Amino acid sequence: MKLRHTFLTACAVFALGGIAQAADVTLTIATVNNGDMIRMQKMTDDFTATNPGIKLNWVTLEENDLRQKVTKDISTKGGQYDVLTIGMYETPIWGKKGWLVPLAGIDDPADILPAVAGGLSYDGKLYAAPFYGESSFVMYRKDLMAKAGLKMSDTPTWDEIITAADKMTDRANGVNGICLRGKAGWGENMAFLGTMANSFGARWFDENWHPQFDQPEWKAAITTYLKVMKDDGPAGASGNGFSENLALFQSGKCGMWADATAAGSFVIDPKASKNAADVGFTIAPDKGFGKRANWLWAWALAVPAGSQKVEAAQKFIGWATSKHYGELVAAKEGWANVPPGTRTSLYNNPEYLKVPFAAMTLASMNAADPMHPTAKPVPYTGIQFVAIPEFAGIGTKVGEIFSSALAGQITADEALAQAQTYTTDAMTKAGYIK
Amino acid sequence: MARRQSPRRTLLITIVAWTIGLLMFFPIFWTAVAAFKSESDAYSLPQTVLSTPWTFENFGIVQDRSDYFRYVFNTTVIVVLSTLLGLMFAIPAAWSMAFAPTAQSRSSLSGRQWLAIIFSGLVICFLGLYFTDWKPSNALVGFALLLIFVVPGSLWAWSQNTSGTLLWMLSTKMMPPAGALIPIYLIFNRNGLVFKDWGWINLSDYNLIDSFWGMVPLMTLLNLPIIIWMLFTYFKEIPVGILEAARMDGASLWNELFRVLTPMALPGIASTCLLNIILAWNEAFWSLNLTNKYAAPLSFFISEYSSPEGQFWAKLSAASIMAIAPILVIGWFSQKQLVRGLTFGAVK
Repeated sequence: MKLRHTFLTACAVFALGGIAQAADVTLTIATVNNGDMIRMQKMTDDFTATNPGIKLNWVTLEENDLRQKVTKDISTKGGQYDVLTIGMYETPIWGKKGWLVPLAGIDDPADILPAVAGGLSYDGKLYAAPFYGESSFVMYRKDLMAKAGLKMSDTPTWDEIITAADKMTDRANGVNGICLRGKAGWGENMAFLGTMANSFGARWFDENWHPQFDQPEWKAAITTYLKVMKDDGPAGASGNGFSENLALFQSGKCGMWADATAAGSFVIDPKASKNAADVGFTIAPDKGFGKRANWLWAWALAVPAGSQKVEAAQKFIGWATSKHYGELVAAKEGWANVPPGTRTSLYNNPEYLKVPFAAMTLASMNAADPMHPTAKPVPYTGIQFVAIPEFAGIGTKVGEIFSSALAGQITADEALAQAQTYTTDAMTKAGYIK
Repeated sequence: MARRQSPRRTLLITIVAWTIGLLMFFPIFWTAVAAFKSESDAYSLPQTVLSTPWTFENFGIVQDRSDYFRYVFNTTVIVVLSTLLGLMFAIPAAWSMAFAPTAQSRSSLSGRQWLAIIFSGLVICFLGLYFTDWKPSNALVGFALLLIFVVPGSLWAWSQNTSGTLLWMLSTKMMPPAGALIPIYLIFNRNGLVFKDWGWINLSDYNLIDSFWGMVPLMTLLNLPIIIWMLFTYFKEIPVGILEAARMDGASLWNELFRVLTPMALPGIASTCLLNIILAWNEAFWSLNLTNKYAAPLSFFISEYSSPEGQFWAKLSAASIMAIAPILVIGWFSQKQLVRGLTFGAVK
């Protein structure tokens, strides 16, 4: 009798435990370790308070490590993660392959900046919700411009930028007129060079996927880049990426720096930047072809097709990308810390527009059109990248070639010829060129 | 008789050794200095070393963001268990090779003939597929590949003499780990799915990814060749007569191994353990790829602080110092044993 009671009690405890366990859902969220994402982790009490049955398990990684892990998992249908942080490059490719679940339950989708929504969609369906967006612009030293007797235009051309760089360069005092990316990588120097080429009327591929490095537009872009970096750039520029140029600009070694709008908050921080009060912002330059040299990027949240917890995952994404989340961050940490570049309503907020680089960030993002990135027609989408799976490999190799040219190991013509040969081979092997 | 060196030569060698030592130590010194700077000072150009206002804030931020002690616990579990598991396999293996070596191959087949067997198996399979238009399941393809590659490969390894086996074991360390990443990742992540594919029980929720069940055996297997090699070198130094005397006194194999051989080789085993601990502690490639949180070690912890965009050098330096501090302390206190272990058998 006693044994039977014990057995029944044990069964009841197991059953109740099972019910309690079934009510709890744990979401595994793979995310990149930038400041906005780290901040989100601190804010999640707000989400779990209204969704007590959902627990959050964070996997925070450096961007390249994250990309590798997430790609491995999703391509092998591993199902390790329920929410992925991915960029504009991966989203349309993975959406097309059916690796992502189309999103539902997003707060006011019409409020998302059109260019960002377009870059995160495939076949008209939104596959990832933007958490944070950025473009690129020119940061410059107003005091050095005044000393050189110049005034920065609101819509500069490459000729104006180069003239300003020449006049600001003062190598005796350690001032370089301009700092640009030189470190090899599709997300490093090619992010900048791709947009610079776009503004010179160049394109990666023609309508039949033939590489275009043998065309005069690419030659003009690369020779201009190499010349201005030789005349006005810092020493060892072929190893400089975002972080290295940031350090140079903050320590007063650069007159101008063309890079991500995310750098805005760093260069105006008086604790970090020597000349924080003298920093101005302007839109990326053009060359008269109707396209400016600015990119468009967004880190976005998506649900992989292998997840067993789609409903809870979409609920979390809905919260993290909502207007409410922006207001929460503003209330706790100020408007300057609200994730930028995703919603039109944020840029209609007069409080947010007081942030010095806010208006220029919006102008830069609006000037970018990932659906029509170049002056001439192209068969691809994406501004600083080409949204095909092969691009990461091709972009990195071409980046290495151009970085070698910047280091003086090969000439501009040799670099362009090598880039053309390599890309043609890769595209032929991949079946794009018949 | 020791060779006498001129004072000038001694001085020169000392200067060169110190220069090389300082150059090798410089990155660690720089990391330690950056860890105590504010983020903006860590970035500022030109760099200052002594005039910087020092701060502990990076360590606080790192601990606040990541639970450092959980990573230390995970690393300790993986390191200790993989070392113990490694010794369990390595001591008998090294004993057999040191005291009962096989002088000749167990098989009369040559390497070429083994390759011919594998190649023939592949050809037969392809011909079968081609002529029958047969579409086998993934599981069947897996079984076929097992029969064609793994079975003859294992038989070949088994048939080798001792020196061949030792070389073969070391050769497994020569392969770039990235080459084996995807197969191992699939085994770890889909081990349950394989059983499901075969129509057996569905174990798809029980993955080896991000678990000690996966990481401990993997770390053991990664370092096993080196442990066996080191123990083999130690055991070779022990006179075989002592073991024979124990045998004559009626010692069983177990007693011979663990009551005679192991106590005599204890210094060597300790050095081997230390080396294995250091290797397992610093392993990053597999840890980064096969863990996420629950079994993530300190190498994973460091990677959370690296970023291509932003200011992170001071925090990354603080995380690095926190990660290497325990192993530096262990290494410092046991350097004599470690050096002895690495140079054992080099001088007779």
